[in-house]
Amino acid sequence: MSPAETSLLDRLAEIEKRGLAAIDDAGSEEELEAARIEYLGRSGAVASAFSDIGQAPAGVRPEAGKRANATKKALQAAFERRLATLLAAARREESEGADLTLPARSRWRGGTHPVTQVIDEICDIFREIGFTKVRGPEIESTWYNFTALNIPLDHPAADEMDTFYLADGVLLRTHTSPVQARVMEEYEPPVRVVVPGLAYRRDAFDPSHSPAFEQIEGLAVDEGVDFVEFRGAIQYFIRHFFGEGTKTRFRPSFYPFTEPSAEVDIECSICGGSGCSACKRTGWLTIMGAGMVDPAVFEAVGYDPERYTGYAFGMGPGRIAMIRHRIPDTRLLFDGDARFLEQLT
Amino acid sequence: MNVSLNWLRELAPGLEGSAEDLAERFSMVAAAVETLEPVGQGVADIVVARVVEAEPHPNADRLTFCRVDRGADELVELVCGAPVVEVGALYPYVAPGVELPGGLRIESRKIRGVMSHGMLCSEYELELGRDKSGIMRLPDGLEPGQALTEALGLPDVRLTLDLNPNRVDLASHVGVARELAPGGEADVVLRDPGADWQPRWSDGAECASAAGVTVRIESAERCPRYLGAVVRGVKVGPSPAWLAGRLLAIGARPINNVVDATNYILFELNQPIHAFDLNTLSGPEIRVRAGQRGERLRTLDGEDRDLGPDVTVIADRDRAVALAGVMGGEETEVTPATTDLFIECAAFSARAVRDTVRALNLPTDASYRFERGIDERGPERALTRCVELILSSAGGEAETDAIRAGASPPESPVVPLRTGRVHQVLGLRLADDEVTDLLRPLGFERVEPSGSTGSVDETTADLRDGKSALQFSVPGWRNDVRREIDLVEEVARRYGYERFPDEERRFRPSSVPGDAAWDRMDRVRALLSGEGLLEARSSSFVPEDQPGGRAEVGVLRPLSAEEGFLRAAMVPVLLRRAEYNFARGRRDVRLFEIGTVFHTSADPGDGSAVRPEPDGTEAYQEELRVGLVVTGSAAPRHWSGGTRDVDLWDLKGLAGDVAEQLCGARVEPLGEDPEALGRFGGGWLGDERFRIVRDGRTLGIAGNIDSDAADAPRWAGSLWGLEFELDAVQLGEQKRYEPISAFPSVRRDLAVLVSESVAASEVEASIRAAAPKLLELVELFDVYEGEGVESGQRSLAWAFRFRAADRTLTDQDVETAMTSIIASLEEAFDARIRAS
Repeated sequence: MSPAETSLLDRLAEIEKRGLAAIDDAGSEEELEAARIEYLGRSGAVASAFSDIGQAPAGVRPEAGKRANATKKALQAAFERRLATLLAAARREESEGADLTLPARSRWRGGTHPVTQVIDEICDIFREIGFTKVRGPEIESTWYNFTALNIPLDHPAADEMDTFYLADGVLLRTHTSPVQARVMEEYEPPVRVVVPGLAYRRDAFDPSHSPAFEQIEGLAVDEGVDFVEFRGAIQYFIRHFFGEGTKTRFRPSFYPFTEPSAEVDIECSICGGSGCSACKRTGWLTIMGAGMVDPAVFEAVGYDPERYTGYAFGMGPGRIAMIRHRIPDTRLLFDGDARFLEQLT
Repeated sequence: MNVSLNWLRELAPGLEGSAEDLAERFSMVAAAVETLEPVGQGVADIVVARVVEAEPHPNADRLTFCRVDRGADELVELVCGAPVVEVGALYPYVAPGVELPGGLRIESRKIRGVMSHGMLCSEYELELGRDKSGIMRLPDGLEPGQALTEALGLPDVRLTLDLNPNRVDLASHVGVARELAPGGEADVVLRDPGADWQPRWSDGAECASAAGVTVRIESAERCPRYLGAVVRGVKVGPSPAWLAGRLLAIGARPINNVVDATNYILFELNQPIHAFDLNTLSGPEIRVRAGQRGERLRTLDGEDRDLGPDVTVIADRDRAVALAGVMGGEETEVTPATTDLFIECAAFSARAVRDTVRALNLPTDASYRFERGIDERGPERALTRCVELILSSAGGEAETDAIRAGASPPESPVVPLRTGRVHQVLGLRLADDEVTDLLRPLGFERVEPSGSTGSVDETTADLRDGKSALQFSVPGWRNDVRREIDLVEEVARRYGYERFPDEERRFRPSSVPGDAAWDRMDRVRALLSGEGLLEARSSSFVPEDQPGGRAEVGVLRPLSAEEGFLRAAMVPVLLRRAEYNFARGRRDVRLFEIGTVFHTSADPGDGSAVRPEPDGTEAYQEELRVGLVVTGSAAPRHWSGGTRDVDLWDLKGLAGDVAEQLCGARVEPLGEDPEALGRFGGGWLGDERFRIVRDGRTLGIAGNIDSDAADAPRWAGSLWGLEFELDAVQLGEQKRYEPISAFPSVRRDLAVLVSESVAASEVEASIRAAAPKLLELVELFDVYEGEGVESGQRSLAWAFRFRAADRTLTDQDVETAMTSIIASLEEAFDARIRAS
């Protein structure tokens, strides 16, 4: 071998040895980059060795080419390894040094309205005991809203003072109860339905009134459904919604479409029954109007009142949401104030 | 309805328990007791005093200097602030050192230079009533020095009842006592009125005369019965203390011994009575008739009222003198000068009184009772008692002959009750006697079936175990009980709702399928909540014309013009909510709402499946819609930076999620074509607009909010809206698993230069079509126009991922696909490949 040959191969060996050392010693990305440029750059040591191969004797060229490629590969591999190590170290260092109390990156939080939450919970509980969830129109005829429900049109409840009429005989339903009649007209017992929806009364907005409000109607009709079953179903609901051990009472009341009629009270959750402004110092909160379906309603929808009996109930999920979250003013439910909705989502 | 506890205890001597106990019992058996209010608490040291001298205060026009006798040896001197102080009259006196119920301690002090030792006070200061206009005139006959509590039957407790509209009988003390007394009706004892009157009735169907007065009922429909009595020689003055005390205790104002007696009977027996000054009645004659057009009457409240045929009046020979069943007239009222009385005790029809009240907008205590139905068999007893009370408190002589015009009262209805029905409805097995015992205290008497009830129909027999039904006669004060089910309710009430067994019964599942709209709403709420939107709930009322949309369906007699219509679209409603938040300084608003929108129906036949017969509602359509509005930062601000506002592409993404994840639809640009808007109106849409479309039908629209459609402050970000129909949401769609390839993928990038007029979506479609099998992913990663790109052209840079399901791709495969893609783009769009 000629000295020239030897010197090229030696030079490659030397380049590889020094290059590897420089790469492994690089303490930072900058130093590593400098080493890369020195050995692997366009005019670095490896590149110049390659260009010298051309001048080498022909017999040596293949060997020199092979060696040069091997050197380049080895240095490149070392470079990648070192870079990965340095980056990992840098990342580690960065996180070790970071102030972890800095605020996280967050996303907008969405959610359902508190009244929706109450409606869903109520319906879910009734679903457990076989109630399906149905719907009815908000624009109603006086027939479904009043007459079919045993409310004569000259009854105070049908008064224009309280009802939004759209035209003669057409109104915004004043309760969800017309859906009772619609369901019974269409289906034969056993009927077990809950009906959430908006109802309308001519009340201007104030802390406890709104011209539109959510109601949930319930209806169960079959042979053999009696007052005992009615109480049992309602108590099941109350236990699951308001909690085991919630004190409950059923009081006489009056609705034209139920008889016997009842109002259902629970012990005031705000004062624990000792009396406060929320319960008008009675210690009780009325959460539901209910009763056994009046036979006149069965007659209106074509059910045999001697064969079928049933119970119906109505609740205000808005009011229940207000009790649950201690919301002092109905208007908060309607404002769409993002601060309010975020709180109760 | 206010009830005095002392009055109740007098009526039902057997009544036991505290005020709270009785209120609780009443709530549980009859109607809610809203409040318990002590009356005459803290007045124990206040006494009756007589004013002996009164003269103007030397230094003040509005004050009076008085010497009063408060039962002690010497008179007391005091200064009184009331405008009228009557010498010789009795007033409550508060001595120095004594406290008023409110806690104010009265001391001797100088008032405008004159010493005042104590005060005479108003009913308001004593917390006995609301009148603060003057000091409280006490009934004559009391002794100076007598304790006020003893004089007025205090202290008492006032119960405020929240009556159900069917139980007007509870608007009286006898009615309440009947519910509470252990023996019910049998335990109720009326106070001895202190005089006796045994009338001799002079009957007549339309017309009756007695004691010189003629009563003519011109409309039996308006007035089935009219009773009248004449009392002569009365001395009108203050009522006896016990009577005044009763009225005060329920919050009524004592007026004089005649009017107070009629009011006492109203609140005791539920029968409205009116006393006329006989000498002011021309004839003297009474006619019950329709009001006439042009006729006027000044009522007791001092108002001049225009009458008309809707109003039922009491007239004398010449003119209307009272509103029947509502209010008396001023010209014929009983005054201190009155000596002779005509006392009316009638049964006016509910209809007639309701029409009068509506025509004049004048509800009164009397009309409340007539409108709901009084005891038509009650007027005889009520009139007799009222005359006796007047005789005892105002003196005079009652004419024995009394008037009774009109039809005889209806017979007691008899209502059947099957114990089997009680069991069927209530789930209680009660024996005949148990049922009878529960009903008797309320006045329901069991009677023997009268002859013809021999044929028992089969269902009846079924529910009676073969026996015939029990029969109960209904007392006159229970107009609400006419059917068997009404008696079943009475049984349940008297049994006690809380005594029913606690049982959970078996059930069969409902035959009614659930409405899929609820499931759709659940899907929408889950998606949009996940997208960081908050759910709002608005009322349905909007003004006819609001920024962003016109409404179609109007409300008769709206609460205000702002609430005169029903919303026709959701986005405008949510824009008002966004403005509400802006007004509170909030920039980031992300709201959605699911609600009903209302339209007039172009096609009245629509929806006929739900509404079998035309009833007027077919002129309207309602539909559930979902609306959303977003504005402000795309994400909550973070210290690392990178905050930006919600933009067009966020909205398009949201619309895409709704379209793809919920509706199986896609989003495409929406032009100006009104057809493509569907029924969405879209008055709020700006220029950058999309629609959600499936099979060529518009399911929803989205876009920027036109600047005229929302009132946004300068600092607000752009507003974006989206509205779609809830019915577009698909349910029950079952996705199918696509095998996942186990082979590696190959990536390629391609930048193409195309004319600006070529839509990116067309380019993408062309790419996909050119390599349908292998192209797994097409991603647009850069859009560039400007330097280096010829004007009118733009560069679209795509990243592709190729993969085969069954093998590793060769370079050749990928090259073939790329060539095919490039060729198709060149051909379709004259595209050029940009060197990367």
